[in-house]
Amino acid sequence: MSAAALPVSGDECYGTHCHSRVRQHIPSVLVVPAAVAAAVALLPLIYLAVRASEDGLGTVADVLLRERTAALVLRSLALAGTVTAICLVVGVSLAGLVTRTRLPARPVWAVLVALPLAVPSYVAAFTWLSLFPRFGGFLGATLVLSLVSYPYVYLPVVAALSRIDPAHEEVARALGRGPLRTFLSVTARQVRPAAAGGALLVALYVLSDFGAVAMLRYDVFTRVIYTSYRSSFDPTPAAILSCVLVAITVLILWGEIRTRGSRAYARLGAGAARQHRPAPLRGWTAAALAWCALVVGLAVGVPLVAIGYWLARGSSAGIDVGELASAAVSTLAVSALGALLTVALALPVGALAGRYRGRRVRLLEQAAYAGHALPGVVVALSLVFLSVRYARPIYQEVPVLVLAYAVLFLPAAVAAVRASVAQCPPALEDVARSLGRTPGGVLRSITVPLAGPGIAAGAVLVFLTCMKELPATLLLRPTGMETLATRLWSNTEVGAYAGAAPFAVALLLLAALPTALLGHRWRTRHE
Amino acid sequence: MLSRLRALPSSVALAVVLVAAAVSGCGGDAAGGLDESALVVYSGRQEALVKPLIERFEKETGIKVSVRYGNTAQLAAQLIEEGERTPADVYFSQDGGALGALAREGRLERLPDSLLNTVPAAYRAKDGTWVGTSGRSRVIAYNPDKAAEADVPDSVFDLTDPKWRGKVGIAPSNASFEAFVTAIRVLRGDDAARKWLVDMKANGVQTFDNNILTLNAVKEGVVTLGLINHYYWYEQVAEEGEDKVNARLKFLPGGDPGALVNVAGVAVLKGSDRADQARRFAEYLLTADAQRYFAEQTKEYPLVAGVPTVADLPPLDTLQVPEIDLSDLDTLEQTLTMIQDAGLT
Repeated sequence: MSAAALPVSGDECYGTHCHSRVRQHIPSVLVVPAAVAAAVALLPLIYLAVRASEDGLGTVADVLLRERTAALVLRSLALAGTVTAICLVVGVSLAGLVTRTRLPARPVWAVLVALPLAVPSYVAAFTWLSLFPRFGGFLGATLVLSLVSYPYVYLPVVAALSRIDPAHEEVARALGRGPLRTFLSVTARQVRPAAAGGALLVALYVLSDFGAVAMLRYDVFTRVIYTSYRSSFDPTPAAILSCVLVAITVLILWGEIRTRGSRAYARLGAGAARQHRPAPLRGWTAAALAWCALVVGLAVGVPLVAIGYWLARGSSAGIDVGELASAAVSTLAVSALGALLTVALALPVGALAGRYRGRRVRLLEQAAYAGHALPGVVVALSLVFLSVRYARPIYQEVPVLVLAYAVLFLPAAVAAVRASVAQCPPALEDVARSLGRTPGGVLRSITVPLAGPGIAAGAVLVFLTCMKELPATLLLRPTGMETLATRLWSNTEVGAYAGAAPFAVALLLLAALPTALLGHRWRTRHE
Repeated sequence: MLSRLRALPSSVALAVVLVAAAVSGCGGDAAGGLDESALVVYSGRQEALVKPLIERFEKETGIKVSVRYGNTAQLAAQLIEEGERTPADVYFSQDGGALGALAREGRLERLPDSLLNTVPAAYRAKDGTWVGTSGRSRVIAYNPDKAAEADVPDSVFDLTDPKWRGKVGIAPSNASFEAFVTAIRVLRGDDAARKWLVDMKANGVQTFDNNILTLNAVKEGVVTLGLINHYYWYEQVAEEGEDKVNARLKFLPGGDPGALVNVAGVAVLKGSDRADQARRFAEYLLTADAQRYFAEQTKEYPLVAGVPTVADLPPLDTLQVPEIDLSDLDTLEQTLTMIQDAGLT
């Protein structure tokens, strides 16, 4: 027996069993580690509070009431809204094509369309500019940011699609709905938590991005923060302005949670989900291929062409293999540690958010997101401030850098965990509990394995994001350690683009590996 | 991957172990690690430029150096957040403003006069807290297909002429542009500076994020003229060949603010427990050897007398540099407000 997604509204629930689940005591095996994760994510706010209040309320009002502040907040929100909408369309359509249709060379596309994740926004912006010097403004910033951030939607949606029980769709088809209508009415609803989580990440990422908008000459809020730091080297106004971003984040989170609705997403039947039969594209094959090719071409092709052009034109192209190798090793090591710590912290928060409701859970989840719209440099400076004072022995050592990655990218992992956990049938957990498993045992033997693909996607996402992270890496890395991103940065800063090219290529190749792994895993599951 | 995830507690434990292992230094080893006894230099100047020089310094003095490369402004912000707990002994900055800010915060040690006196008074801090190591001149880069050399104005104040409407590029958020606007304020007064900025905006000036992008726009003909630092052009010529860089430079005459010469400089941090070695490092940057190196590698101006510039760069003493005290360029905040109010950033 398997049923379509049944609406479960809020706290009044579906059947007495479910009712008791909602009221159920939230296991402390989840709450305690989730609270630890939330505390980690809130670290930058301690620093912001200290710095922002340093010069008294007068300064706070003074900084906030500048008319530019309001205008730039609006511009930032407009950019974030537009990019998020585009990312939803691009991410969901591509995920649908590669998981559900007979798109020619599907496994290859599955990997290719995830690749833009490996392209740092500043590199994308720069390469577009180097090929088209007039490029820029709102349209330019929208295009570049959409191209680099749609994988935040694509990856979790692919994971979600590969987990949905085909029975839902088959029922809809049997009741006479066409394939597209079925996708929009049944499938789209099922992937909503994953897509919404991704969209949230995109929106917050766009708010925090500095590199791309600066290069593309589109003035947004983060720019004010940077300018403020640079002009006076006084941390106070910058901290006050950063608090505005935190406030915006809280508002967006509140909005997202309200739209999240109150439906159950898991299959409620017994047994395991069957595999999907991909739909034939027939006459649409060419159009589908063109769409995939267009997105990949713009997002990956353009940067690659520009990098090739640098290599061909420049004379600073001597490749120091040792330097490249050591940068690659450091990048992989710190990114892997970053992904590991981030996912470890995200598991309890995501599991809570995907499974339980209520004020406490919501607060914990929101706390994990609180700093996500903060520009990397603000998070990095806050960790400089805190660790040099309270953890001097590990200041400018790997642990603090890894911690910074966790603070920065926790939301990406939480979103992935939450969406995957929400798709696991709670009934299975109840059965396990009734058979005597401990809450921890249930997590280990039921929830995590079922939510595995989505969590793995989250880990890959964090890993890739760590690889290209720049501002926090520059400020917190051990002295003498260079990553591919810092090498890339230092070469482009001096205009040695040909010298930067090998690092850019290495970053792309290394990022392609985990994405390929994910694509491969998905493929073997389905054939 | 899945089977790994099944063992959640063990992977969490693994994460803890790995992080703990990293604490004990295994992560740093991947890239050489940090020698506790080394002199720590925060360098806002690029590794490609600084590294060979440091290696020579280590060889000649036997002092081990550990360098942290970064962006000049970010490192300054980091030094301020670190305060007296900073591991840094030396700050090697790309621009005078950041050094001035650290001096104001009381983070810099006074340098010995013998060291300060090796460079002209114009290129060091009045209070002796930092000293310039090389100079860069503001210039107008022009696209030779769009304008003949004779057409390029002799003063930045001519750029507000309708003749140049929409044809000029600047990098208004760039530190060197800001220093140049501050120079206008110091030389001609705030009103003149404000008027120039507003007139430039009204005249359709095009803005770019940095000097390189401005120069690129000149080369591509997006703009005819661009206000940049001289060495960006020389670096591109070295990288790509003069025939491929479709731009030429004009050094402005008559002490125009557009001919400002600013510096990169070095300072010793207060509370350094290797202050002696730090001073030797600063001294080293002012040896004829190091000065020649700057001239050749970055095409900047050496500041110590007797060291020649590279062949085709007009010598520093032939430039008609505006008479200005670089220490007066520390009022960056007013300049930024002015640039913002003019609608340029």
